[in-house]
Parts: sequence; C-alpha cells; structure tokens
Amino acid sequence: MKYIDEYRDRELVLKLIEQIKKASSKPITLMEVCGGHTMSIQKFGIPSLLPKNIKLVSGPGCPVCVSSRKYIDQSVAYAKLPDVIIATYGDLIRIPGSSSTLDEEKAKGADVRIVYSVLDALKIAQDYPEKRIVFLGIGFETTAPSSAVGVLNAHKQGITNFFLFSSHKIMPPAMTALIDEGVKIDGYIAPGHVSTITGSGIYKDIADIYKLGCVISGFEPVDLLRSILMLIKQLEKGEPKVEIEYSRVVKPEGNIKAQQILDEVFELKDDWWRGLGILPKSGMKIRELYKEYDAELMIPVEVEPTREDKGCLCGEILKGLKNPKNCKLFKKVCTPSDPVGACMVSHEGACNAYYRFNKE
Amino acid sequence: MRHNQVLLGHGSGGKLSHDLITNIFIKYFNNPILKQQTDSALLNIENQHIAYTTDSYVVDPIFFPGGNIGKIAVAGTVNDLAVSGAKPLYLSTGFIIEEGFPLKYLEIIVKSMADEAEKAGVLIVTGDTKVVDKGKCDKVFINTSGIGVLNEKLLDISSGVNIGIGDKIIINGRIADHGMAILSARNELNIRSTIESDCACLNHLISAVVDSGINVKFMRDATRGGLATVLSELASGKNYGLSIDEAGLIVSEPVKGMCEILGFDPMYVANEGKVVMIVDEKDARSTIKLMNDNPLGREASIIGEIVGEHPGKGWITTGIGGKRIIDMLAGEQLPRIC
Repeated sequence: MKYIDEYRDRELVLKLIEQIKKASSKPITLMEVCGGHTMSIQKFGIPSLLPKNIKLVSGPGCPVCVSSRKYIDQSVAYAKLPDVIIATYGDLIRIPGSSSTLDEEKAKGADVRIVYSVLDALKIAQDYPEKRIVFLGIGFETTAPSSAVGVLNAHKQGITNFFLFSSHKIMPPAMTALIDEGVKIDGYIAPGHVSTITGSGIYKDIADIYKLGCVISGFEPVDLLRSILMLIKQLEKGEPKVEIEYSRVVKPEGNIKAQQILDEVFELKDDWWRGLGILPKSGMKIRELYKEYDAELMIPVEVEPTREDKGCLCGEILKGLKNPKNCKLFKKVCTPSDPVGACMVSHEGACNAYYRFNKE
Repeated sequence: MRHNQVLLGHGSGGKLSHDLITNIFIKYFNNPILKQQTDSALLNIENQHIAYTTDSYVVDPIFFPGGNIGKIAVAGTVNDLAVSGAKPLYLSTGFIIEEGFPLKYLEIIVKSMADEAEKAGVLIVTGDTKVVDKGKCDKVFINTSGIGVLNEKLLDISSGVNIGIGDKIIINGRIADHGMAILSARNELNIRSTIESDCACLNHLISAVVDSGINVKFMRDATRGGLATVLSELASGKNYGLSIDEAGLIVSEPVKGMCEILGFDPMYVANEGKVVMIVDEKDARSTIKLMNDNPLGREASIIGEIVGEHPGKGWITTGIGGKRIIDMLAGEQLPRIC
C-alpha cells in the first residue's frame, strides 16, 4: 500500500537500528505521548529490535485513558435518559464507570450508537427530531476540530437537538506537567496527528525552557525509528529542539483553518487528568456563544458519586513512572475482557498494548 | 467488573464468548463429548464415526459482496464438519423470519443455499420455519446443523493431539476478506470498496489434502475472531509454542487500507473460507501444491511453525522483524479514536 509499505520496509528498519546502535551507548529514556505511537511500537514489536540502552515509555496520550471516571458516569447518566441517544466513538463504550459502562446500558436498552464521525451524529439528530443526541467529544487537538465542526454545522443548519459533551483536552500542559512532577525522560516522541492541527510551535517551551527535544513522528516503524535517531543525535550534541520527522503530513504552522474553528467554538478551561490532577487551561469548553449545544449546560442530569478503583496504577502508568507490569492488577484482575482501568480498555492504552503484544 | 447481562462481546468468538461457554453452557450441559469443544462433536454410533455440528447465522446485512446469509449458513456448517476431518453429508435448516420479509429475498437466499449445498455435495434434508412479529428479529436468522462421516484415522484432527515441534502451519489464502466485506456493505460506514467475502465450502479443498494420504494433524476454520483467535486457542495450555511470520500472511490491498482506516488488525477479522492446517514439515510443500490446484487454495502459504520455545503462546515476527505476542480478542474489535 502506497504511503505505508515504504515506511514498513525491513531493510530500512534494520539500517536505522544499526544507526541507532552506533549513535549512542548511553542509557536514554524517550517518551511517546500519543496512544497511536504506543500502539504502533507494540504492534510492530519495536522494543524487541532496539538496543538495551534505549527505553521507550508511554505517556498520557490516550484520550479515554486520561479522562475522568466522572465523564463516563455522566455519559452513562445521559444514556439512561429516555429521550437521549448517545453517539460515540467505539473506544468509549467499554470503559468502566463507577457502576456501569455504556456497553451495559446498551444491553439494558439504552440507545447508544457507535459513530465514525460527528457528522453521523448530526444525521442522527436530523433523523430523530424528537430525541436529544449527545455526542461524546473526546480526544486532543486531533479530534476536537471535528467536534467543533459538529457544533458549527448544527448552528448553521438550525439543528436544536444536538449536544456536545466535551472532554477535549490539549496536549502541551500534560507534557510540561509530567516534567514538573519529576518524571525523568530525555526527550519526547511528539504526537503526529495533534501536531498536524497545531503545528510544531506548541512544543517550543518544552525545548527552550525544559531543555527536552521533541521530534514530531509519524506512525509507521520507519517514522518512529527515524524520530528516535533524531532525538539521540540531539542528545549527543546537547541541542534540544523541536523537529518534524512526519514532514509529509505536519507543517510547522499546522492547519490554520482547523485552529480557527477550534478557537471559534472552544475556550480553554482548567481540566482534570488521570494521574496528573487538575492542569490549568488544559481542557476545551464550549464558548458562551454556542452554549445551546453544550450538553453539560443544557441537559442537567444526576450523576452517581464517582468511585475510583483501589490499586489501579493507571495514573502512574500514564505518567510513565510505572510500567503496566508493575501493577498488581495487570493480567490478574485487569484484562481487556474484564478491565479495571481505562488504560486496559482503549486499544491505545498502555496496559492494553502491553497485554496484547508484549512478551514479558 | 463482572458482567451480569449478555453483551455483544459475548458473541464475538473471543475471550468473552469463551467465558460464557465455560461458565454457563458447559457447566450445565456437562458431558465428555461437549467438553472436547471441537468444531464438530465426534460421535460413535454403532461403530460408525460421525461428526455433528450446528451454527446459527445472524449476519447483517443479509446480502453482501460475495454472498448472502444463506450461502454462509451452508458453507459455515459444511466447513465445521470438514475441518473435523469428516465428509459432510446431510444438513438441516431452521429459519426465523421477521413478519413482512419480502418473499423474493427469501427465495434468493434459499436458492443460494441450494446452489452451495450442491457444490459441496450435501443434501438439506429437514427444516423448520418460524415467523415472528415485526421488530422481534432482524429480517431473517438461519440455523443449520450438519452431519458427516469420519474415517477412524482422522479422529485426532479436531483435538490436534499429534501436533509436534517442527510442524508447519498453513492457511489456504488471504485473510480478513469476509469481515471487511461485511463492514463495507454496512451503509453506516460510507466506504465503497471492491472487497468480496471469501465465503465458500472448503470440503473439496480439504479432502484433496486428506485423501492424498498426507497426515493432517490439525484443522480449524478461522471464522469469528479471525486467524489470531484460532492460533491463540491452539497454543493455549500446550507444551509447545507457535511462531508465525507476518510476511507469510496475505492481506489484499483494499482490506489493508480499510483496516488501517478503522484501526483493525486483519489477524482478528473474520473469514468464511479459510482453513488453518497443521502438517508435518516433510508434507508442507505437497500440501501447498495440492491446495494450489483448487481455486480456493491458489494463495495457500506456510505462515509459521510449531516451536519448543514460549510454550502455550503464539508469537509473530512482524514485517519489520520485531516480535510480539498473539492473543485472543476481548470483545468486539472497535474502531479507534485517532
């Protein structure tokens, strides 16, 4: 397949591995913050190819993993309302809330539909004018623009029964908060899709103030290995900076149109992250101008008290401080078919990826 | 979290289905034949070995590129018998039909069942029809059961007890066509593709190999849960491991593309015309050759082998030379967010 096969080329991969081995023998820890990267790294078995001195740790880049349990509880509460249809991306339906999941509510008769785009949710809103459609907007700068388009289109088309329940977050506050918390890493493999929207400027402070290199990487093995090599070279030279490996997609200025749409619909708010707590100006809230589409404002609902699981290390794992193997629940109590924490449910979650692909 | 109700994932053929079978069905139906959990039950009636199996079909949409619910209902049951080493002979069928279902559609479905049965050389000899109120089922559900006779020498194929280190793992062609054909036929995705289901009766392909005298040590059709589920079930609890080479797997370009878009792994996507066969290393080449002579085995290839390392686990060497584990699917494969 064009644009894919050439980035999965075995010869090229072997060459890059050799270059990485030659470039450094120092112990180096790099963090990938994007769940898509975590998945690729495990799926292609990249750790088994890297020399022992290079360690990859997973960061807080899986959107459903960092969202609060309260978000699931509130979604479940919406699902229980008789005139509500929940429209959601697939990942969310099995995430455990305090006492239920969307999957279980669906089995009990709630109308929960998996959609592939916010436009599907708008179509449902048009098809069922007597129902209220709650779209679960989750994800970073990557998926937030499409949620914003949903709101703008609803506004343009006069759709009054579409509501966005936003859990959208932005990436950089989490990346700096991790360092402030004392997480020891030598550089970031920066997210490819987020950067497609935002451009590379958002990582400037990380390189300038925190002195950590950020290489924006694509998702194929060759991309990831190239990014690792670029970070090693930066470290060897002692010149941390922001570089774009994924240049076939990411432009330094990003996608200006998407940025404008984001700004039109959302404003930043302080938001809660699993493992990191409340981070200032890290979440996206619908602006006053579009409040009639804000599920939280327009559909008051009683939510059960949030009950967090004891013993689950999701928080520490999301910070890269612990490895899934360090969690007592991992593989014993917590499995993909019976997950305790969100990191085990989402295909991009570190625990899920470890469970499925890691040999240890 | 314990589930106190049936979820869709319980029907996915993965780990949840397994739990359901063990914790409810086997618990109460408990008998030595059922406990074998083979594709077909192996019976001995008056010194004649019989394979007996049943399956229900609830596919949505009922018509899809490469087949329809009727064709699958015949092929699926024929294949369950054939992979047990049996020669399929007779099928029964039960229809549950939703009130208002157009007769012309029913006729198309029944005709393709007849065509497929003829191709496979089986007779559909008994049946049942129930009609339910509109909305009480989705258009039409079909059950088929089948019996076949089994040569004594082939009794161990289902359990795979004769599998040994060094044996080769073979599949008769490309994977993931059926699951992706169904997904693209569902309007909700709005993806137009040329992918056709691989739905087909495999009994002639299989008998070509078995009748040649090759010692087939194990067979399983890779349906729900895909190739990965067959492999991880096979390895589970064994004193040997499986080593698979991703480079040996054939996935068509459109299927690869769709899997990339949706975040699916082709190894977990359903097939309806693929058999995983394990033979002695010395028989591998001739098995491939025999398969290649049949249109359903043109792309047959060796995808891996039985190894002494990592007992109980399947390992895959990825296209770039990395290694990762093969595990069963938990719940439905879900499209990812970003």
